[in-house]
Amino acid sequence: MSAQNDIKSAQSVKDEMLSAYPTKTARKRQKQFVVNEPEQEPRQEIQANVRTLPGIITQRGCSYAGCKGVVLGPTRNILNITHGPIGCGFYSWLTRRNQTRPESETDDNFMTYCLSTDMQDENIIFGGEKKLKKAIEEAVDIFHPKAVGVFSTCPIGLIGDDVHAVSREMSEKTGANVFGFSCEGYKGVSQSAGHHIANNQLFKHVVGKGTTCPKGKFKVAMLGEYNIGGDAFALEELFTKCGITLVATFSGNSTYEQFASAHLADLVVVMCHRSINYVADMIEKKYGVPWFKVNFIGAEASAKSLRKIADYFEDAELKKKVERVIAEEMEKVKAELAVIRPRVEGKTAMLFVGGSRAHHYQELFKEMGMKVLAAGYEFAHRDDYEGRVVIPDIKVDADSRNIEELHVEPHPSEFRARKTKEQLDAMAAKGFEFRDYKGMMPEMDAGTLVIDDINHFETELIIEKYKPDIFCAGIKEKYVIQKMGMPLKQLHNYDYGGPYASFEGAINFYRDVERMLNTRVWKHIRAPWHKQEPLAAVFINETN
Amino acid sequence: MARKFRKIAIYGKGGIGKSTTTQNTVAGLAEMGKKVMVVGCDPKADSTRLLLGGLAQQTVLDTLREEGEDVELDCVMKAGYGGVRCVESGGPEPGVGCAGRGIITSINLLEQLGAYGDEWELDYAFYDVLGDVVCGGFAMPIRDGKAQEIYIVVSGEMMAMYAANNICKGIVKFADAGGVRLGGLICNSRKVDNERQMIEELAKKLGTQMIHFVPRDNMVQKAEINRKTVIDFDPKHPQADEYRALARKIDQNTNFVIPKPLTIEELEKLLITFGIAN
Repeated sequence: MSAQNDIKSAQSVKDEMLSAYPTKTARKRQKQFVVNEPEQEPRQEIQANVRTLPGIITQRGCSYAGCKGVVLGPTRNILNITHGPIGCGFYSWLTRRNQTRPESETDDNFMTYCLSTDMQDENIIFGGEKKLKKAIEEAVDIFHPKAVGVFSTCPIGLIGDDVHAVSREMSEKTGANVFGFSCEGYKGVSQSAGHHIANNQLFKHVVGKGTTCPKGKFKVAMLGEYNIGGDAFALEELFTKCGITLVATFSGNSTYEQFASAHLADLVVVMCHRSINYVADMIEKKYGVPWFKVNFIGAEASAKSLRKIADYFEDAELKKKVERVIAEEMEKVKAELAVIRPRVEGKTAMLFVGGSRAHHYQELFKEMGMKVLAAGYEFAHRDDYEGRVVIPDIKVDADSRNIEELHVEPHPSEFRARKTKEQLDAMAAKGFEFRDYKGMMPEMDAGTLVIDDINHFETELIIEKYKPDIFCAGIKEKYVIQKMGMPLKQLHNYDYGGPYASFEGAINFYRDVERMLNTRVWKHIRAPWHKQEPLAAVFINETN
Repeated sequence: MARKFRKIAIYGKGGIGKSTTTQNTVAGLAEMGKKVMVVGCDPKADSTRLLLGGLAQQTVLDTLREEGEDVELDCVMKAGYGGVRCVESGGPEPGVGCAGRGIITSINLLEQLGAYGDEWELDYAFYDVLGDVVCGGFAMPIRDGKAQEIYIVVSGEMMAMYAANNICKGIVKFADAGGVRLGGLICNSRKVDNERQMIEELAKKLGTQMIHFVPRDNMVQKAEINRKTVIDFDPKHPQADEYRALARKIDQNTNFVIPKPLTIEELEKLLITFGIAN
């Protein structure tokens, strides 16, 4: 099928989808649905980071989930207390597969715990600040953490408990660094608001407090890597092989100390742009550490990202080492692809997940010779679709204004520009880009569908129309789609698999996806009694 | 014949005299031999002070907090003037927690404890509610058929009328679901010019009646300082008769409507016609 045909048929799918909606809903949804034409001028626009319409079954999560679950969850030695009734605390307990590996057995690891103030009716009526103070005090007495994060759930915002004042007071009283997050679930339009809130508070209360960091010639802080299924472990290994020192990871396999010393790195690289670009920007402004976007999902992408890091440091030795590692790793990757690719080539995939993953994982499918038919994010903003070039044009609506925007200035003594202006200019002349993210749409084929905040109805419709071979989303979609006889790969938690990052991870992904695609189990999805009449018989009493 | 148990909520702008009017009127009903319960729905817990001769009441929410779930009705319900059963919801200090949620919890608890049970043979339950209907909790007395009748205390002052009109909007919202109706406006006079005519006109426009015009009299304050209702403090005083009249009118009232709230323009016009224009 030619690209022209693709565009036409995609357009008709869009029309059919919109025709099912009431006029007002259709008007809003159509802006979040683009038939991709990357060559088009002026560049196509998509609406994103806007409210989900009532009545729609969305994939999205809440602000608390984004703050506590995504950004702070993977850090092992910040004690997280959920302030609110028990539900939010309990159901966010170990629900993401971020792994962690304390350096020694005596090191703090609070990840397996679930702490909540367990607010009761009476605390809602009379206020929960006293209970929160007691909870912090108790928690500090038991665990002796260096830092405590307090996360507000919806009722806290409604009754006006001042978690920040309580945190300040308890910091003084206990000596631990206690900081609060006003990440009530209703804030913003999705978990994205929670990421921003988490970024702000980490920057205000943690980053910059550290004075020492691991020694090394090439010190890097990696942002937006959450160690799902051991991704961070794979990357740590890769960086070590190349001789690159990881000062901090936000926040896979991380510690409080790493966050505190992140500003001592000489380069910041960003994996998941959506969830953490705020911290990258603020570190640059305050401490002079430049950042750029990387992607370690996909072997080619990993190689490209490593090369860019090596180029940044302008060190021949490092470049050589990186090339050696890439060559070594690519050999294994190629051997694996030689087996896998023929079995999956030409198959099709759709990805509706996250704020970066729907983009990153397309790399892996491309490497396998598969075609991506449609993709979209749950909670991304326009820049994640169209690239950072659109940031000045993004309309800041009331929902976004609700989230604090920190004003950051260079630190009077600790700002240290890592590259001189001349160096930066010379790099730019060679096409080296900082603060770059091109977004997902320019890298997708013409005629593919790009759908923001997809819902269940739309998911079912595009599956029916396109019959992809594999669908990538999360646990909420998994079983609905698998019942249709189609494999669903979870890209939030990897279906108990992983790591998928780095070269080693790419190989794992090829294998897992190949297995999912070629298993015969999907042919058995219909129960036998749905295919044929059940056996009928008459019971004869033997004694007669 | 099953006795008629009427549940009445009193609303109105803060400081308009809801608690004072309610308690004085309830005293009138009690004098008539009616069995009445007053439920104070204000965190300040001062809705039954005049009936109880002081602020001796243990609130429902305080009791709930101190005793846990094991609350006895006797702890929170006290008999006051003329056998009136008095309950205070109570609530948090100003600026803390959620008073609205407190009202909901408190009313549910009272129901569970059987405060409305047949054995009390109640003729009336009065809910004295804080200020405007500021949030869902304060609308609790008019939800789900808890109170069926509402009286709004109002005066000729603009903000009081504005609040009355707003409360009517709340009533409209719950009228369909909960079956609540407006029984009338009680004018608690502030000696504003043309007050009686203006409130009568406002009542007419809302589709209801001004059920009584309570004149301003220092006797009310005097009785209040003595922690008593006027009927209790000085039964022969003319002001006592005003409250008796109001009690009788409420007892005999058959005029229950879903109000038609005014637009801001209409409300302003009313003020100009009766107030500033004269």
